[in-house]
Amino acid sequence: MFLSETDLQSIWLTLRLAGVVTLILFVVGTPIGWWLARTRSRWKGPIGAVVALPLVLPPSVLGFYLLVTMGPNGPLGQLTQALGLGLLPFTFWGLVVASVFYSLPFMVQPVQNAFEAIGDRPLEVAATLRASPLDTFFTVALPLAAPGFITAGILTFAHTVGEFGVVLMIGGNIPGETRVASVQIYDHVEAMEYGDAHRLAAVMLIFSFLVLLALYLWRPSQKNT
Amino acid sequence: MNTFKPTVLALTLLAANAAVRADDVQVAVAANFTAPMKEIAAAFKKETGHVVKAAYGATGKFYAQINNGAPFEVLLSADESTPTKLIDEGAAVAGTNFTYALGTLVLWSSKPDLVDDAGKVLASDAFNKVAIANPKTAPYGAAAIEVLTGLGLLEQVRPKFVTGENIAQTFQFVGTGNADLGFVALSQIMANGKIRGGSAWIVPGERHQPIRQDAVVLEKGKDKPAVAALMEYLKGDTAQAVIQSFGYEI
Repeated sequence: MFLSETDLQSIWLTLRLAGVVTLILFVVGTPIGWWLARTRSRWKGPIGAVVALPLVLPPSVLGFYLLVTMGPNGPLGQLTQALGLGLLPFTFWGLVVASVFYSLPFMVQPVQNAFEAIGDRPLEVAATLRASPLDTFFTVALPLAAPGFITAGILTFAHTVGEFGVVLMIGGNIPGETRVASVQIYDHVEAMEYGDAHRLAAVMLIFSFLVLLALYLWRPSQKNT
Repeated sequence: MNTFKPTVLALTLLAANAAVRADDVQVAVAANFTAPMKEIAAAFKKETGHVVKAAYGATGKFYAQINNGAPFEVLLSADESTPTKLIDEGAAVAGTNFTYALGTLVLWSSKPDLVDDAGKVLASDAFNKVAIANPKTAPYGAAAIEVLTGLGLLEQVRPKFVTGENIAQTFQFVGTGNADLGFVALSQIMANGKIRGGSAWIVPGERHQPIRQDAVVLEKGKDKPAVAALMEYLKGDTAQAVIQSFGYEI
């Protein structure tokens, strides 16, 4: 077999993590993107900046804060314990929470751009035809913004696959639970298993290239819509 | 602008002058030896003028970096096999390796009453997770596995493992309270010759292979006076006293 059992397990885990995070961010990111695209509130700037923070922050900063806030003495940790969920660090769902923060801008920004590109006119037309705001959103805004959603989904998925620093800091490297492919490669390198590291790294490289290639090949058609 | 050039010249001369007397030594230091190394480096600088530029991390990572051209001149390893391996591969200077410290493994919790002085807590259900350093790469992790195997608890405890990529991260998992227990280095929880807090079981040395931590001069540090001075200094009384005060044996 080209890849070992544990390598395949880490890849499967990575895909599962990226899939779950992308789904959650579709739900969480869409209203944020919509609000940022439509609002004239003075909070637009600050909220937009907060959403963009993970683009700039070192993963160690995010990882450190998450480790402390999700720990037994942190606010998030006390909340999850009170809810009977236990502690999040070293669990799959802990990684999901961390990745939702980490990948947030990759979802929100393309969605926001897509909504902004629609402009006011189609929405106003819909309103004159007596469509309710919710109706307008689902039947006019969402279909028009669909290309932006596809870009956002691909970027979010790919970025979560490429995550490393945050996972290293809060994951605890548990096989099948938190040992994603990037961490598995790091482990191989540290253990001087360079052959294994090469194989898995090549898989990641090819995967990332194909994802971006799909995105770029698909993009030109976007102009026609 | 006229005053600018003489100033630059004076600074350059000053820097050049300083470089003759005092030199930098680039040292890769095993994560467990971070705290003692900081003290030793300060004392070394006071005595000799040489400045230790230390990087702290996992020995396995340093090994990969050294093999790929990292500028380190000395390696203070967490084990004895990595320096030997580097010598065999021509990346380190033969005959310069020696044991600078014998590590002590400790089962530690940041909770005051959790760990008893025989490690019986490991057989109970009173903890959520036990953090260990990656046994494939970190000697303290390998020693922890050996201890658990000896206690006959390895398979029972394994589902509760969380693995730090080095001993510093392992300590961080326990220190933040995210893992109730962890096998860490005694040096990490010692300050001024005492255990700083929480509760601990100092694992008796006969329960695992000795954690021999070896130092070695790397090819980039060959024949450099400041490097030789540091190696001698590590063997000297001042450094050895610091090393012992952090719970290492010698």
